[in-house]
Amino acid sequence: MEKKIRVLVAKVGLDGHDRGAKVLARFLRDSGFEVIYTGLHRTPQEVAMAAVDEDVDVVGISLHSGAHLALVPKVINYIREYGGNPDEMLILVGGVIPTDDIVELKKMGVDEVFIPGTPISEIVEFIKKKLPEKRKKK
Amino acid sequence: MWTMTNINEKRKEWEEKCLKPWLQKAGQREEKFETLSGIEVKTVYDPVDIEHIDFIKDIGYPGEFPYTRGVYPNMYRGRLWTMRQFSGYGTAEDTNRRWKMLLEEGETGLSTAFDFPTLMGVDSDDPLADGEVGKVGVAVDTLKDFEILFDGIPLDQVSTSFTINPPAGIILAMYVAIAEKQGVPKEKIRGTIQNDMLKEFHAQNTLVLPPEPSLKIIVDIFEWGIEHVPKFNLISISGYHIREAGSTAVQELAFTIADGMAYVEAAMERGIDIDRLAPQLSFFFNSHNDFFEEIAKFRAARRMWAKIMRDEYGAKNPRSWWLKFHTQTAGCSLTAQQPLNNVVRTTIQAMAAVLGGTQSLHTNSFDEAWALPSEEAVRVALRTQQIIAYESGIPNVVDPLAGSYYVEWLTDKMEKLAWKYIEDIRKMGDGSMLRGVLRGIENGFFVREISDAAARYQREIEEGKRIVVGVNKFTIEEELKIPILKVDPEVQRRQIERLRKVKAERDNEAVKVALDWLRSAAENDENVMPPIMEAVKCYASIGEIMGVLKEVYGTYKKPIII
Repeated sequence: MEKKIRVLVAKVGLDGHDRGAKVLARFLRDSGFEVIYTGLHRTPQEVAMAAVDEDVDVVGISLHSGAHLALVPKVINYIREYGGNPDEMLILVGGVIPTDDIVELKKMGVDEVFIPGTPISEIVEFIKKKLPEKRKKK
Repeated sequence: MWTMTNINEKRKEWEEKCLKPWLQKAGQREEKFETLSGIEVKTVYDPVDIEHIDFIKDIGYPGEFPYTRGVYPNMYRGRLWTMRQFSGYGTAEDTNRRWKMLLEEGETGLSTAFDFPTLMGVDSDDPLADGEVGKVGVAVDTLKDFEILFDGIPLDQVSTSFTINPPAGIILAMYVAIAEKQGVPKEKIRGTIQNDMLKEFHAQNTLVLPPEPSLKIIVDIFEWGIEHVPKFNLISISGYHIREAGSTAVQELAFTIADGMAYVEAAMERGIDIDRLAPQLSFFFNSHNDFFEEIAKFRAARRMWAKIMRDEYGAKNPRSWWLKFHTQTAGCSLTAQQPLNNVVRTTIQAMAAVLGGTQSLHTNSFDEAWALPSEEAVRVALRTQQIIAYESGIPNVVDPLAGSYYVEWLTDKMEKLAWKYIEDIRKMGDGSMLRGVLRGIENGFFVREISDAAARYQREIEEGKRIVVGVNKFTIEEELKIPILKVDPEVQRRQIERLRKVKAERDNEAVKVALDWLRSAAENDENVMPPIMEAVKCYASIGEIMGVLKEVYGTYKKPIII
């Protein structure tokens, strides 16, 4: 049997909006992924630690707080610091993110940003297609 | 003249001779039709559907029990609802500027959006605040920020709403302190603190202290508030966030009323006179897309609360039976795609709120699936309310949908469904709503109910059963062309500098004395409001005050339920 793709769904910072993260976690699990949900109010260190400890393939960070440009790069840097390799993972961000910031986030190493209303099937397809592609490039 | 019997006969005949052949020929779009909450609705409603509803007892006249039609006898013919746009970003200066623009443009009440550090009771220089200062609302650390925020805004002329929960008492104390500085007696100030922790545990997740001490502090605020700020709403019992987290309209209604009952019971356990407290309770609901369901929800809420206050808790003053509420259009209904479509959604939702008899209204801006609203977007949102108020004719007749077979049937149906939930919660508490709600928080009942509803809604969208225009149907390739509000990245640095300056210049001995008083009050189960008032006046920071409460009461970590 093929190894299941492991996804960390993470809430980072003080933001308590967890509807999107939880619905996503449920649907990814139902789509055959192994899903770990961090729960609320995690620091970038905690998210990075979970990503490394759980040896995940995908890190999905949900924010509705406007703090994405400050917190997302921290998560990526801490993953590296804790011995993980963000270049071997898909780093995804979801939430209320202005278009200009999407460009910034991608420069910082984020593979894709999903805005409110994105069908979850689109996220599932993205992961299945892009994860092997990204790993092949390395 | 018709009777129920001949209507029944007439309907059967119509179904047989008119509807059935039509359906065989033309069919219909769906097998069955449902409201957004999943209540199945029929093709058409008639007097038989509302036969069991007694006009005088259940509907009646506005301004009279059970207030189904509104709390005031002439509703908006007297005074329009308060147009209150939830607003705040950056520093106190930025927000003060935005508020003055809104007041100039015809807004009639203020509503404060705080940033996450303020909402969670941590200071701007706390490591947890990094990156979040001033982002989703205004940053407030000490009274100094409030002085700037309310500069040039006379508190005897405007009412202000504060959407804040764990630090609600601190914010109320700051507002009282500003009133004193302006020479306005605190007995005269008007406004609302949200101060509703129960729904934070169910849905909104601004969680600091555990449930029991959170409730204790809320009751402290009640006790203090009825003495000192008799015109101020001491709580806004909120369904809004429960709905945003994915609940149905029925769950929103039921859980909000259940929370309201829990607060009343907690206050009564303390020995607070219900007729003194009740006029200072207020509610806050969501207005979503299903037009009639929302109107029915507001009408049902008023009727339920009146019965509960009079018949269950024995409130004597008719004023105590009123359910006054604020409404916000549904943030979760806004789409990032084709943002201008959101103006239309918001208009429908705002009309439902007005037809439902709201006391105040916030209309969302069309760009809010992208960022905090730009000036242009917030202006359109306010204009939406003004057009309903001044051009549509809707406010000129009280409860114009009363007597609609469908609306009355649906009002009654939602009330029944909500009572069912309330009875289940009461059972969980062995007859006490207070214990029932606390038990439901502990055992994950509320969170699971809401999560399941959210997942159901998403599944319907994924499967294309529920159409969201511009998202899963009528989509286009588009490039975003709307202007986006950018919060100055220097805000955090400036805010931290200000906090440091305040801490250096204040009387630190006085701060220590006030915080020690607070600690001792919390430890000895005394009312925490007097020491909080004192601490605020000496420029103690929100983080310092919450810090003491956290030391005494501990903090809360929410169990993970997907």
